[in-house]
Amino acid sequence: MTQHIQVNGKPESLAASTLDALLRTKGVAPGAKGVAVALNGQVVPAGRWPETTLSPGDELEIVRPFSGG
Amino acid sequence: MSDHFEIAGRRLNSRLFIGTAGYPNRQVMLDAITASGAEVVTVSIRRISLEGYAESMVDMLGSDYVLLPNTAGCSTAREAVLTARLAREALQTNWIKLEVIGDRETLHPDVIELLKATEELVADGFTVLPYCNDDPVSCRKLADAGAAAVMPLGSPIGSGMGIANPHAIELICSRSSVPVILDAGIGTASDATLALELGCSAVLLNTAVAKARDPRRMAAAMRAAVEAGLAAREAGRIPKRTYAEPSSPQLGLIGT
Repeated sequence: MTQHIQVNGKPESLAASTLDALLRTKGVAPGAKGVAVALNGQVVPAGRWPETTLSPGDELEIVRPFSGG
Repeated sequence: MSDHFEIAGRRLNSRLFIGTAGYPNRQVMLDAITASGAEVVTVSIRRISLEGYAESMVDMLGSDYVLLPNTAGCSTAREAVLTARLAREALQTNWIKLEVIGDRETLHPDVIELLKATEELVADGFTVLPYCNDDPVSCRKLADAGAAAVMPLGSPIGSGMGIANPHAIELICSRSSVPVILDAGIGTASDATLALELGCSAVLLNTAVAKARDPRRMAAAMRAAVEAGLAAREAGRIPKRTYAEPSSPQLGLIGT
């Protein structure tokens, strides 16, 4: 059975073992300016992306600044 | 003369905070921000498009302006606190324009959730600027909870209705222990002038400039408007009276 995580509200199969690896597949380079990530409601600083492992059922939010008032 | 004011120890010379949403295009936005003279520029925090992300607000504006992230769209303290923490990580700033919306149609703040989020974020070291109701009690409670400024609405977000209750805004300004920034509802330059005349330290606006026929010119008008309002306040307006007071001398009239 494929194991899933939620990325920005959408389910996807868990294909990467670390947060850093997952972000690379999304085109987010390590140290990308302005990108922030929360794993299960907790912010993960960019420096900890490589050591942060992902597990089935994890919920990720990947955000950046956008236009706003 | 106080040509500047401070929020959390940071000196600000411009009395205008400006938003980055809704301009016809990026160049007009950049030109309008320049013309406004604003030092503080607001941005939102949104999920990245997973198909890759476009040119970042940080690259566009980060080196020239104080970026003030907002929690727009949040409807609970929990969402707003996480958004603020993500914003801090994304932008390396502890400043947050705290918005917790209680009504999707009017976009009025949810004061209870707002206060809860303010307490939590202040405890976590944030400089909290809450978007709030034009109510002196809410404003006082937010300031007591540690908000670095309060940002009462003039009228609903994007409505362009100006300052619906100038007496309330004046009352808030006269009693507030922290700077008051008029946020939301500005439609044209005279609204911004009035905010400063009533005692606000600054005005935060977006739509009035972004959706003006000529955003660049409106941004310049807003800059002049806040300067005029501040100068008028410091010059001290004459008292209002309900009957006439002749301005020409009453002596030496012909035929007397």
